[in-house]
Amino acid sequence: MNMWGKLSWAAIPLDQPLPLISSAVVALVITGVLAWVVLKGHLPYIWKEWLSSVDHKRIGVMYIVLAMVMLLRGFSDAVLMRAQQAVALNAPGFLPPDHYNQVFSAHGTMMIFFVAMPFVIGLMNFVVPLQLGARDVAFPVLNSVGFWLTATGALLVNISLLVGEFARTGWLPYPPLSELAYSPGVGVDYYLWALQISGVGTLLSGINLVTTVLKVRAPGMDYLRMPMFCWTTLASNLLIVAAFPILTATFAMLLLDRYLGFHFFTNDGGGNVMMFMNLIWAWGHPEVYILILPAFGIFSEVASTFSGKPLFGYRSMVVATMAICIISFMVWLHHFFTMGAGADVNAIFGIATMIIAVPTGVKIFNWLFTMYGGRIRFPAPMLWTIGFMVTFVIGGMTGVLLAVPPADFVLHNSLFLVAHFHNVIIGGVVFGLFAGYEYWFPKAFGFKLHDGLGKAAFWLWTIGFYLAFMPLYLLGLMGMTRRMQHYDVPGWQPWLLVAAAGAALIGVGVFVQIVQLVWSIRHREELRDRTGDPWNGRSLEWSIPSPPPMFNFAVLPVVEGEEAYWTIKQRAIARQTLMPEPEYADIHMPRNSPVGFICAFFATIMGFALIWHIWWLVIVGLVCAYATFVVFAWHDEHDESISAATIAGIDRANRKERLEAISQLRPAT
Amino acid sequence: MSTAATLNAPAGGRGHGHAAGLTEEEEHGASKRIVVAYGFWIFLISDIIVFAAFFATYAVLTDSTAGGPAGRDLFDLRMVAIETACLLVSSFTCGVAGLGAQAKNGRVFQIAMAVTFVLGAAFLTIEMREFAEMIEKGAGPSRSGFLSAFFALIGCHGLHVTAGMLWLLTMMAQVAAKGYRDDILRRILCFNLFWHTLDIIWVGLFSLVYLVGVAV
Repeated sequence: MNMWGKLSWAAIPLDQPLPLISSAVVALVITGVLAWVVLKGHLPYIWKEWLSSVDHKRIGVMYIVLAMVMLLRGFSDAVLMRAQQAVALNAPGFLPPDHYNQVFSAHGTMMIFFVAMPFVIGLMNFVVPLQLGARDVAFPVLNSVGFWLTATGALLVNISLLVGEFARTGWLPYPPLSELAYSPGVGVDYYLWALQISGVGTLLSGINLVTTVLKVRAPGMDYLRMPMFCWTTLASNLLIVAAFPILTATFAMLLLDRYLGFHFFTNDGGGNVMMFMNLIWAWGHPEVYILILPAFGIFSEVASTFSGKPLFGYRSMVVATMAICIISFMVWLHHFFTMGAGADVNAIFGIATMIIAVPTGVKIFNWLFTMYGGRIRFPAPMLWTIGFMVTFVIGGMTGVLLAVPPADFVLHNSLFLVAHFHNVIIGGVVFGLFAGYEYWFPKAFGFKLHDGLGKAAFWLWTIGFYLAFMPLYLLGLMGMTRRMQHYDVPGWQPWLLVAAAGAALIGVGVFVQIVQLVWSIRHREELRDRTGDPWNGRSLEWSIPSPPPMFNFAVLPVVEGEEAYWTIKQRAIARQTLMPEPEYADIHMPRNSPVGFICAFFATIMGFALIWHIWWLVIVGLVCAYATFVVFAWHDEHDESISAATIAGIDRANRKERLEAISQLRPAT
Repeated sequence: MSTAATLNAPAGGRGHGHAAGLTEEEEHGASKRIVVAYGFWIFLISDIIVFAAFFATYAVLTDSTAGGPAGRDLFDLRMVAIETACLLVSSFTCGVAGLGAQAKNGRVFQIAMAVTFVLGAAFLTIEMREFAEMIEKGAGPSRSGFLSAFFALIGCHGLHVTAGMLWLLTMMAQVAAKGYRDDILRRILCFNLFWHTLDIIWVGLFSLVYLVGVAV
């Protein structure tokens, strides 16, 4: 028995230049950034203010940074695939099948679990307490633990690039292919442990946000006064709490099969492969709505703000959101109509799937009517919103088409399906995240992003998206299945070349977004937002300075109706004066804590040891992680106090700016 | 869970800013104790869903014995009854410990927690013995789909009990070292919820796995 389990020097893929070079580049970048941080003396600041922070705003930003870095990784996988298929007509292309399979598996895993999820959770974390009028989430330290466990998962997936291999099974590891008999390497284990650990992080964050929305709101912030984004956050996190445990249990079963010879999903010994499909999609379909519902919330905020009108049909939007939340648990079987469950079962799930399009349609009309008759402004967030409305409707309709079981029998597993889900995920989730990023960026950092570059990025992404994915619908109808490393139908190649060009255009869009960020940081004084309300917003996050102080609200706001801040602002404009200065008092905030970071450090060690069967190290990791929690629990002081004088200073400065700002404004009619 | 710190607590009369005309309770919404217990309930619901997934799997795989033994060939209801009694009584003593903590009575709390621990350990020992006997008979988890589902479902509960016992010892040590601080009382409350939940789940396991398994 080797002390290092299955790990040996053979795990480094010295014969494959591509992963070797890319991981060398990544390692170089990381070392470079670390060296810069240390040499410039930023390390104490980064540690104190960010890595060990339990402030929901800082954690939210870190989630989004993680998502953006992983987006680059996931996107480079996409470029590899598009390039491969562009040239692989009757030819092997440049990616051998073994590597190509890892690339498409890593692409899906990355994009869903480490781009879309952290981005969504990051925005919810940052925005929701501000919109609710709260000082932080319900459990700030738990929040930090959740973030760092997510980061652990992302790290493990990236380690697999250099040490060992990644799964070749697709983004969901369907057995029996993912069983030990057919995937004997560590690839599937990397996948499973990375997602088990980050899944725990997601669950913690879900519990936290549900509790926050339900229990930690400003006085007067009744349920039907909450901004739409808070409602969609609630729905999304209820889904996390209900669905992620199923994922954890399912992966635990597959791990038991692989590690201890159980027979849950094996071909022999009484295992049942289709049980995996049912379980994984009982998580997987709600997961789709976990991602899209918060995006719907963002579009609601953006459409209302930039149309200068309250959201149309607020209550119908709430009902539609909660309806989607519930129905999303009743459609999972449409992911495998071809299982052979029979016409009656397929019909029920097909109809349920079509029904879920109804509340979604309600939402689309609500956004349209919000814009109707409004005085619409078109900065970048609004462009993303309009681009979404057009694009998502197409994706939604192809979805309803796929919900018809006979049609699904023809189209399943084809590029038509790939086109459909990219249509709704990019056109829905990603556009929503970018709208939210542009919209709340000034709140987070105190200056806007350059609008022209944002618009350029929007057009590049949108045109690139249509070029990249509309051909895939056609290719699907022409019979091309997904995940093909090479093919022999000449008629497909022109369309694949168009798709590759689309991917290139999206690549330019990504580049423009990076330029936008860098340019905006360097010219931040020109783009400065002094009032804290750069877009003439309507909800409470715009009532406080940008960036918000650690305690968010100098005094907790008292909410008197829907659109809490809009009401206050209109009154102030009409009277040309602010509310009288409140009485400031000391505020107690939770102290920063490294417990999340340290715990994730040991979780990384434990995950790595589990993947490579280094059992003693597993125990070390587990014991140390537990010890970290006990040490934290033994602390006597978890809070620190911020003095009334400090708070008054911050608030008075902001009141001065606001008073100046309202003198420029006339009451809205 | 036990380490979660929360916000917006009126505890100890600490003043946040006062909005006009509002009492502390109105201003801050729920108290820290309520927020913590509420969050922990949500965690427990998610934990119950994990068990639901294993339950569903067990239901699907009950007949997938692959020519091996079924439940009625393996289960010893007498031992399981003792096991169940241990766990049910431990829930009672755990409740007593909770009351002891509320009354800040050190002796009641520590003795009741110790009894809870012993009963939990007895439960686990019987479970381990059952597992060992089955594996010895060639009826281990890799024998069939049914046995995989059985070992995973019961084992998942057993792992929870083990974690609970570790938590229990930690709380005993913490109370001994730190006394009944507010946050420690909240942790004891959460531990109580956790332990009772395991009890409720066991009632489901006992009825659906053992009783039904022997009857069918």
